[in-house]
Amino acid sequence: MPQTITEKILASHSGRDVVEPGELVNGRIDLVMCHEVTTPPAITMMKSIGVEKVFDPSKIVVTPDHFVPNKDIQSALLAKILRQWVEQQGIEHYYEIGRHGICHALLPEMGHILPGTTVIGADSHSCTYGAFGCFSTGIGSTDLAAALATGELWFKIPASMKIVVEGTIPPGVFSKDIILEVIRQIGVDGARYMAMEWVGSTIDALSMESRMTLTNMAVEAGAKSGVIAPDAVTFEYLQQKPHSKNKSFAPVYSDADAVYARTVEIQVDRMEPMVALPHLPSNGVGVSRVAQDSITLDQAYIGSCTNARIEDLRIAAQVLKGRHVARNCRTMVVPATTSIYNQALREGLFEIFTDAGCAISTPTCGACLGGYMGVLAEGERCISTTNRNFVGRMGHPKSEVFLASPATVAASAIEGKIADPRKYL
Amino acid sequence: MTGRAHVYARPHINTDEIIPARYLNVHEEAELAKHAMEDIDADFVKRVKPGDFLVVAEDFGCGSSREHAVWALRGAQVAGVIATSFARIFYRNAINNGFLAIECEGFCGETSPGDEIEVNIGTGTITNLSKRKVYLFTPIPDFAREMMQVGGLLEYVRRKIERDKNKSHSA
Repeated sequence: MPQTITEKILASHSGRDVVEPGELVNGRIDLVMCHEVTTPPAITMMKSIGVEKVFDPSKIVVTPDHFVPNKDIQSALLAKILRQWVEQQGIEHYYEIGRHGICHALLPEMGHILPGTTVIGADSHSCTYGAFGCFSTGIGSTDLAAALATGELWFKIPASMKIVVEGTIPPGVFSKDIILEVIRQIGVDGARYMAMEWVGSTIDALSMESRMTLTNMAVEAGAKSGVIAPDAVTFEYLQQKPHSKNKSFAPVYSDADAVYARTVEIQVDRMEPMVALPHLPSNGVGVSRVAQDSITLDQAYIGSCTNARIEDLRIAAQVLKGRHVARNCRTMVVPATTSIYNQALREGLFEIFTDAGCAISTPTCGACLGGYMGVLAEGERCISTTNRNFVGRMGHPKSEVFLASPATVAASAIEGKIADPRKYL
Repeated sequence: MTGRAHVYARPHINTDEIIPARYLNVHEEAELAKHAMEDIDADFVKRVKPGDFLVVAEDFGCGSSREHAVWALRGAQVAGVIATSFARIFYRNAINNGFLAIECEGFCGETSPGDEIEVNIGTGTITNLSKRKVYLFTPIPDFAREMMQVGGLLEYVRRKIERDKNKSHSA
């Protein structure tokens, strides 16, 4: 029976030859990602059922990221609980402040994510890791406790949606624009419960960084996971990363006649940069239309697990170089991980950002979820490289978030209103 | 079980609205309950009574994986959520917590705030007592029902570990 990459991975991890969408299986977990917001409740739960030790400390990667450096006393306690638990369990892969990063950027860049594996994270954007050809999904704290205790978790086999992307991406358009276009077409629940599998010549030509932006936002279409088959680009990336260098793994590929619940085809040759208007990621419109409306801004934000990798910062810097952000639009750059931060510093990007009047912060999820370091006041408007523009997402319930690529956010910062990046590139 | 309906007919009510991220630095249910539904309805916590139901439309609970959304509602003593459909992580978290989450097409549109609702898991029906109308809801999967009966995934896992231990002792 023909199988998709997702079905094959879940079958091999649940002792099965084949699985079908809708079936429930108990899957073996190869890697668990933990951060400081959702893990402390799971630690308490494990204790409550009498489990003293995690199933395998070498299969757990931990970083605080949401509210660190500690936002307040309560957040400090969460980070402390996480740290103490790591020590007590003998978990080696722990990234303390100074080496830390936003989990979904950090795990891939350290080489923890391998093709053909199963990964779970107690965070909805754990679907990001699927860019490496693994099955990866976001779960809650109870799931996390169960997986940490047993190394297994129940899964309903998702149906797959195939997204075929063809053509050459025009200048000023990036993978963020592609995912916003796909979500515009299918809606925020268009892929509910499904695995979104990306194929096509455009995907083949994308870097791992750009691919991760696509799989990162699978959850914004309601999907369980996003996945891209591993190829030479994947292998080259893995060979450069500390924990995957010289490693072996078993890549898996969809059969040519595998069954898909739906196929969506996107032609990118004539695409334009996209902006998702408040308050849903599916409210995408072409930037040329929005730019006419003179939508004035209070803040521009370049950060998050979606778009704050080195490639994103380079593009933003290219737009901002020799220019200055508008007086009305405070602008923040938050590199996703410590090593991206260091790389940007070495490449001279920080000088470009500070000369342009941007504030730069150490990695944190912070403002993306309205936690801290860039929260919006009532009535304020922000254009952001993040992933969600729900009501109240970045602060006050009456604030507004517009989602766009780093280039569009940088261009908009310069003009103090939503702007087309193509004239700056 | 019987309770009053709190109706929110807008689709895609997300976890940021159910429990805003600014309160995620705690995870005690009683504390989270004080802010349940705060960004969509600041008065919800003042009106909600133990055993009440949330009646909502499509894709309820989309967005973040925070189980705090389920805990906040349970902490507010909400008996369950009746939705046209659920986003997957919220639904999964509800099952894992043994928290009642029912999918019922058409119910939200025909229910008014304050209607008295009776849910019968055994017969698979919801009765709107105020409007004297009965609805058949999408059957809860056996697995989810089993999870609800034992009280959630944790208890399910605890029993499994216990069984495995006993097996290895007797072997």
